[in-house]
Amino acid sequence: MKALYFAWVRERIGKAEEEIVPPENIKTVAELMAWLSGQGENYAAAFASIKTMRAALDRTHVKHDASIQNAREIAFFPPMTGG
Amino acid sequence: MAARLVVRVQTEGFDAAEEAARLTQGCTNIGALVSFTGLCRDEGGALAALEIEHYPGMAEAEIHRAALVAASRWPLEAVLAVHRYGLILPGEGIVLVITASQHRTEAFAAASFLMDYLKTEAPFWKKRHLAGKGAGDWVEAKPQDHAAARKWRG
Repeated sequence: MKALYFAWVRERIGKAEEEIVPPENIKTVAELMAWLSGQGENYAAAFASIKTMRAALDRTHVKHDASIQNAREIAFFPPMTGG
Repeated sequence: MAARLVVRVQTEGFDAAEEAARLTQGCTNIGALVSFTGLCRDEGGALAALEIEHYPGMAEAEIHRAALVAASRWPLEAVLAVHRYGLILPGEGIVLVITASQHRTEAFAAASFLMDYLKTEAPFWKKRHLAGKGAGDWVEAKPQDHAAARKWRG
């Protein structure tokens, strides 16, 4: 699946997007974040404060317990500050 | 009749009066028009610019969804939301919301709702560029913005 990172999540990981292939036992957004944070120091830094992390599946806001199955695109970002 | 709906995400600046005139052209049943412009302020000279990042595709979709909710919740004749991204200098507009209805209460409420929504649910992030120092920190989300957005729910 395609992963997108925005704002300081993007800066800490060091890339704006990438293709990720999580193991089959990773079924929710929370599990994916835990798996990603084990992929290197940059990922660990990006996902250090998981509670404040926001996620979107196929461009729709989701909670951390949402299933990632069938999603083509997942995005991780800090709380939004538009307007 | 369905409300006229305009949603744009762009780098260019906007002219609020021009947008309002174009939005309501030919409409003769509008008794109230509320126009809100959010501007970049220089924070007493400390801020040189704001850099706004957005999630292309989702940003437009989220604002459009909010505009549809506003149009279903209040009897609006027209609604417009324009949000900029990229580098924005102090004094420049960041966001423009225009709502038009037969009476003022609905236009005020819908504009307020849209702004509260945009602050907390539309995927935009602001980064400060400090005077003489270049790129600085990311603006943090404010709890009061979330409290303002919550009051419109159920």
